[in-house]
Amino acid sequence: MYRYDEYDQAIVDARVAEFRDQVERRLKNEISEEAFKPLRLMNGLYLQLHAYMLRVAIPYGTVDSRQMRMLAHIARRYDRGYGHFTTRQNIQYNWMKLEEMPDLLADLASVEMHAFQTSGNCIRNISSDQFAAAAADEIADPRPYAELLRQWSTLHPEFSFLPRKFKIAVTGSTIDRAAIKLHDIGLELVQNDAGEIGLKVLVGGGMGRTPMLGHVIRKYLPVADYLSYMEAILRVYNRHGRRDNIYKARIKILVNDLGAAEFARQVEEEWALVKPLGLDPPPSELARIAAHFAPPVLDANAPVEIDQSNPDFANWVTVNTHPHKAPGYAIVTISLKAPGEIPGDASADQMDIIADLAQRYAGDEIRVTHAQNLVLPHVRRADLFDLWQVLVSAGLATANLDRASDIISCPGLDYCTLANARSIPIAQKLAVKLAPQEADLGELKIKVSGCINGCGHHHAGHIGILGVDRKGEENYQLLLGGSGAEDATLAKILGPGFDENGIVAAVEKVIDRYKTLRADPAERFLDTYRRVGAEPFKEAVYG
Amino acid sequence: MPRLLTGNRLETGDVLWWAGSDWSLHLRDAVAVDDEGEALIARQLPQERINDLVLIDVDATPDGWRPRSTRERVRAVGPSVRPDFALPSLPVDAI
Ligand code: HEM
Ligand code: SF4
Repeated sequence: MYRYDEYDQAIVDARVAEFRDQVERRLKNEISEEAFKPLRLMNGLYLQLHAYMLRVAIPYGTVDSRQMRMLAHIARRYDRGYGHFTTRQNIQYNWMKLEEMPDLLADLASVEMHAFQTSGNCIRNISSDQFAAAAADEIADPRPYAELLRQWSTLHPEFSFLPRKFKIAVTGSTIDRAAIKLHDIGLELVQNDAGEIGLKVLVGGGMGRTPMLGHVIRKYLPVADYLSYMEAILRVYNRHGRRDNIYKARIKILVNDLGAAEFARQVEEEWALVKPLGLDPPPSELARIAAHFAPPVLDANAPVEIDQSNPDFANWVTVNTHPHKAPGYAIVTISLKAPGEIPGDASADQMDIIADLAQRYAGDEIRVTHAQNLVLPHVRRADLFDLWQVLVSAGLATANLDRASDIISCPGLDYCTLANARSIPIAQKLAVKLAPQEADLGELKIKVSGCINGCGHHHAGHIGILGVDRKGEENYQLLLGGSGAEDATLAKILGPGFDENGIVAAVEKVIDRYKTLRADPAERFLDTYRRVGAEPFKEAVYG
Repeated sequence: MPRLLTGNRLETGDVLWWAGSDWSLHLRDAVAVDDEGEALIARQLPQERINDLVLIDVDATPDGWRPRSTRERVRAVGPSVRPDFALPSLPVDAI
């Protein structure tokens, strides 16, 4: 775990004091709402349908037990006892009071956390692979590179008012669990022929109104130089990104308009100017940061074979654990998707329990996934049964990772001011309906957004659902064939939309047709769709 | 069609309904403002205490006001997925 140095802590503490003063002045009417609103947004505080909503940054989705307990404390003390983990690996609280914000932010700062740059046209929280430092398939831990980016982008004066928000994801594996093709910048650690680590750079991906996949603009960037290269990308975007039209302001539009090759050429040109300025830190600095992320000392003799005679336990091990670098260990995903529950929500008590488990069994680390689940990265296989029993008693042992009931959902019209339709109830209904047959269906990623902004990643869903407004009524479009993984594609709309019951029935029809079409039981829905195309599904749904 | 004035309280973010002489947390206390809505907003705005002031369309039903849009019904009741937090003005399934 990275620990704040004196600079990090000073920045965060100063921000808390500054915001305390701003809130006080606003409450005394010394500043207008018009002047105050941008200030509160810079501190992650939105006004939503029922109350203020606070978005707390979780850098690269990693927290320790102390921080998780603080997140639980905040849920209990300042909210209504729960929080919502988001697709950007952050946490949101839905029932905030402006007058309590300064104390809350001071509590957060005491565990090296904050909420700034979780809103506005700046570089947002850097996201990463939730299996970092644990996955058997990774080249190296991506988080030191993400952490350096965090430091560089925090309060970066030149990039605090970009044309639009800017999201960066970093992964260390060819198996993409961070959706790097769907970010403004996606970075993948790669090796050159000499075995040296560098970065593959993708630019111009994103979801929202105009979804696009990122383009590779550099196949190999030496790690020693990557910060100045990032600076060059941001400069080209800052200069040429469209500020005249909010819908065309993301970098993806610029990359698309210029063409990836021309964009890359402009970045190289800018880089030639930036690089000599000495922005890149010396290797010792990256090494210092990397040392913070050293995994816990792993027991090379930890037993691999475990008793799986309890069938529920065995099933959970199969579905919710992944192979770890060290054979005697496993990566555990704790599902926040019990069918019928709200995707990504966790109660304060659950957060505390997970914090205890992390401390006891997982090297004191917890990760948030973009699929709104939590991960314990380093668990001895021999401890899995004890851990699972605690999860069962806390309602956290749902064995559905990447299956039909593991649905991503944004808050939608139940909470969000921008929503056209509710998304959570759709996810709940589908999860309850599909859970009984999900083992047979295999990997199936369903993603629901309550409006075109796409916070629920509907364009990256094998099955995506988009809430729209049709003459004042909630209506839902069905999209098929998306993926946010290494085989990324954008889902396409199948046809006219449905009401709430209609969309659930339509998804069931799609799934029934898939079962008759799949080449063999192992062929995933996505692969069947790619093989046969949309027609048979159109016929099944609209017939 | 009747119109109500609603907004969110600065200090807490709470959803508020204009109840004639003051604000209420409950839709059932709201009074229709109709033609006076704009003037009320013009009077409230400079006070800077209520955010996102807006006039919304409602129907008068035997059980009280029913906002026309799903969004405003959700605001009046609370999240439809958390009936445990529901405010009493409208039944949750009326969303
Ligand atoms: C206060 C509630 C929220 C507001 C106002 C909001 C606003 C937006 C807007 C306006 C966009 C589109 C940006 C663009 O295309 O330029 C967007 C995209 C996105 N948001 Fe949200 N959002 C909210 C909640 C969430 C939540 C809860 C999540 C996670 C569950 C989330 C994750 C994302 C993601 C992943 C995208 C699309 C990725 C991309 O930018 O290309 N947001 N959001
Ligand atoms: S997709 Fe739309 S409804 Fe859902 S959280 Fe984002 S802005 Fe709100």
